[in-house]
Amino acid sequence: MAVTALPAPASRVKPSSTEIVKSGIRRRYAAERRFRLYGILAVAFGLTFLVILFTNIIARGYTSFLQSSFRLEVYLDPAVIDPSGAREENALLMADYNALAAEALMKALKLDPKSRADERAATGLLSQNADTAIRNYVLKNPGEIGKTVGMWVLATANADSVMKDVFDRTVPEARRKLSDRQLALIDRASAEGILKLRFNTGLFTYGASSQPETAGVGVALVGSFFMMMTVLLLAVPLGVMAAVYLEEFASRNRLTDLIEVNINNLAAVPSIVFGILGLAIFINLFGLPRSASLVGGLVLALMTLPTVIIATRAAIGAVPPSIREAALGVGASKMQAVTHHVLPLAFPGILTGTIIGVAKALGETAPLLMIGMVAFVVEFPKTPLEPATALPVQIYMWATAAERGFVERTSGATIILLVFLAVMNLIAVILRRRFERRW
Amino acid sequence: MPNGLLILCIALLGVLGWFAGSARANRSIRDKKAQLHSRPPYHGASVLLWTMLPSLALVLAWLVIEPIVINRAVYNSLPEPVRAESPAVRTLTMGTIEAVGRGLRSLTPAEIADARAGKADMVQLLQGKGIAIAAAPRPFMINAALLQNAMADTSRLLLTATGLGLAALGFMFGLARVTPKRRARNGVERVMLIGLGAASMVAILTTAGIVLSMLFESLHFFGHVAPQDFFFGTVWDPRFSAAGKAGGAEGQFGLLPLLWGTGYISIVALSVAVPVGLFSAIFMSEYASKTVRTVVKPLLEILAGIPTIVYGFFALVTFGPFIRDLGASVGLGISATSVLTAGFIMGVMLIPFVSSLSDDIINAVPQSLRDGSYGLGATKSETIKRVVLPAALPGIVGAILLAASRAIGETMIVVLAAGIAANLTLNPFEPVTTITVKIVSQLTGDLEFNSPQTLVAFALGLTLFVVTLALNIYALYIVRKYREQYE
Repeated sequence: MAVTALPAPASRVKPSSTEIVKSGIRRRYAAERRFRLYGILAVAFGLTFLVILFTNIIARGYTSFLQSSFRLEVYLDPAVIDPSGAREENALLMADYNALAAEALMKALKLDPKSRADERAATGLLSQNADTAIRNYVLKNPGEIGKTVGMWVLATANADSVMKDVFDRTVPEARRKLSDRQLALIDRASAEGILKLRFNTGLFTYGASSQPETAGVGVALVGSFFMMMTVLLLAVPLGVMAAVYLEEFASRNRLTDLIEVNINNLAAVPSIVFGILGLAIFINLFGLPRSASLVGGLVLALMTLPTVIIATRAAIGAVPPSIREAALGVGASKMQAVTHHVLPLAFPGILTGTIIGVAKALGETAPLLMIGMVAFVVEFPKTPLEPATALPVQIYMWATAAERGFVERTSGATIILLVFLAVMNLIAVILRRRFERRW
Repeated sequence: MPNGLLILCIALLGVLGWFAGSARANRSIRDKKAQLHSRPPYHGASVLLWTMLPSLALVLAWLVIEPIVINRAVYNSLPEPVRAESPAVRTLTMGTIEAVGRGLRSLTPAEIADARAGKADMVQLLQGKGIAIAAAPRPFMINAALLQNAMADTSRLLLTATGLGLAALGFMFGLARVTPKRRARNGVERVMLIGLGAASMVAILTTAGIVLSMLFESLHFFGHVAPQDFFFGTVWDPRFSAAGKAGGAEGQFGLLPLLWGTGYISIVALSVAVPVGLFSAIFMSEYASKTVRTVVKPLLEILAGIPTIVYGFFALVTFGPFIRDLGASVGLGISATSVLTAGFIMGVMLIPFVSSLSDDIINAVPQSLRDGSYGLGATKSETIKRVVLPAALPGIVGAILLAASRAIGETMIVVLAAGIAANLTLNPFEPVTTITVKIVSQLTGDLEFNSPQTLVAFALGLTLFVVTLALNIYALYIVRKYREQYE
């Protein structure tokens, strides 16, 4: 036969098939290892980026939870606050509290009260909020007028950046925001404990401001809260009802097919399109006020609706048919079987899906820009119809602000938002673990 | 009666109806001669529905129709020359009348008489009450405002009377229907079912709302700008139109630069997200042990849960400057906001979209295919490359298309990191702009609403919606078809 007839020397020159396979195996195993490595690299890339993102934001933002304040012993001089002595509210409101703050600061820094240059340098370190702080104190305690009270008064964002070691002192004085004299004052005040970094409660309580040190997410938190409530009150009942109908009652026909296609598509429609819808329908057609958190909530509710419906359908679908059949068997109507048995059993799943949906909605920015929530809102909104902002929108506004001090605030607000979302998702995970039921 | 109070009253009456109905149902079987068909709460619910549904429907319809009727009557009462003015002026006039009408309510009759006789200055009078109006109202406006107030008062009175009357009627009718044999449960359940069905219609309504609202405003826009100039124009230069200056269609609204920017950034994003996402999915479904998988998968999915504004901010303050400095150190002029910056960060955001969907799809490939391949002596990677991936390909394409539709519709990353200049450039280191960026910049700020500068945003939105809709439908179709294949 041909194989046996093969001359022996040729087989010595040509490698045997075992050798071919063996050398091939080495190559193939190397390819195998490479392929596996690509997979590990891909996962590592994603995880590395996650770590970089978080450390970067935390490193930039954690300082925003601290803010520099001066410890001042303010003499509430009756001659300045209330010359008439009538304790009239208007007089108390209009008094020159800046003068009091400046005086107290000069005293604290042991500067010559007559030196105009020193005074200018020192008052340049006090936040514009100083007079508001003293005024509010006086309005609350009119009895203290004439006494000396100790209080913490905010320093400017520039002084704050010196305290946080992010101020570039190598820049020539003429192009710096703080003079040499002011830097020396800050160093001395900080050494003497007059100027200190304290926990920044203002970040949570202030509204919009053009000064970084008095800008906070207070209004945004209230706005986000109103929106969350609107989403919960609208999207959850509507979504659950729609899901119950589609999963339990609807017969398969063209209409229900259309509804299903719609729901799946709405889940993937870009969020900015929902914003345009809100602008055209809720604001232009229904005449609801711009920048109101109610409109924001309505838009976010429409966005969340598909998520709730899909999660609810999955939860209802996971309830075994035997439950329904048992209920029907003892004489319950279909509606009773669903409301008394299926829904309570599906509740944990619905809750988890809802929380995740709401958390996603709370992080949305684009649709809110469309309905005018990029507003400079200082006053706290009392109702959902008043102008407000939302946490992510506040981040956007600060991110585009020119002042350097806002970068830190932006990261701080981002941390707050991320913590908020993490807590919500954690709750969802815990609920799922706690109530998950395998049939 | 204010609307809120009226609705509250009707609701209270309804709750009362609930209790009355169930009590009556209980009483009807006290002599034990008959048995109830439905449990008492169903009778209560039936009375509640009879009380509340018709009256609330009436109130709702009234509130929708009332302003239209009053507006028309007020408008018809205006003198002929006023009615002939341009629409913009007319809107202003009606607005002033409305403000005056609100102001008149806080004035005494004597003051109103003074104002009508021209003895007192209306603006000052109203300012004293804390209502600011722009210009002094002309005399006919005061008359119209008075008419408006009178009509509103009458309407309010009528609404209160009919609303409460209808609720009371329903209450009595419902209560009279409570008999042991009445199939209250069937009725109540039918209403509930209609309610559930109506809720599922909201999805259709939303889509219809999106399409219609954008379509109307887009048609408006195409009244100012020819469609071919929009769809095939290569210059985007919408010129700022100040409020008050009507028209001003001198700007150029070419879609192509925006479409190019959107597409270019999406391509860069996908060229990051697809390899990384796909290899992650392969690693996690084929190689990783169960413990690695349960830890890594949720961690990667965090990337999808981070709000896009956070990515945008990161790109703006960290990644953009980093890339710029990196480029400068090797002599490349990379601007901080560029195709590369926005595309790369967006790609990272999209990794979990690609990886989780591909993961599901790879897992859905039957084990028998793999076993067959192993049986022929293939290594794991060969099996994946030659058997699993080809089998999963349609599904993976679907996943990529879904990620592409995300990339096209993504807003905040590109707003912060892509730039605002509409460039038609091939250079990935230059800024470009996208459809979504332009929607944001045309619709935020104080632009006049009827100018093409604002309306173009709706045309852009419609374009965006149509493109993503087509991608979504096609992708969902592929994914679903593929899933069914192996089930």
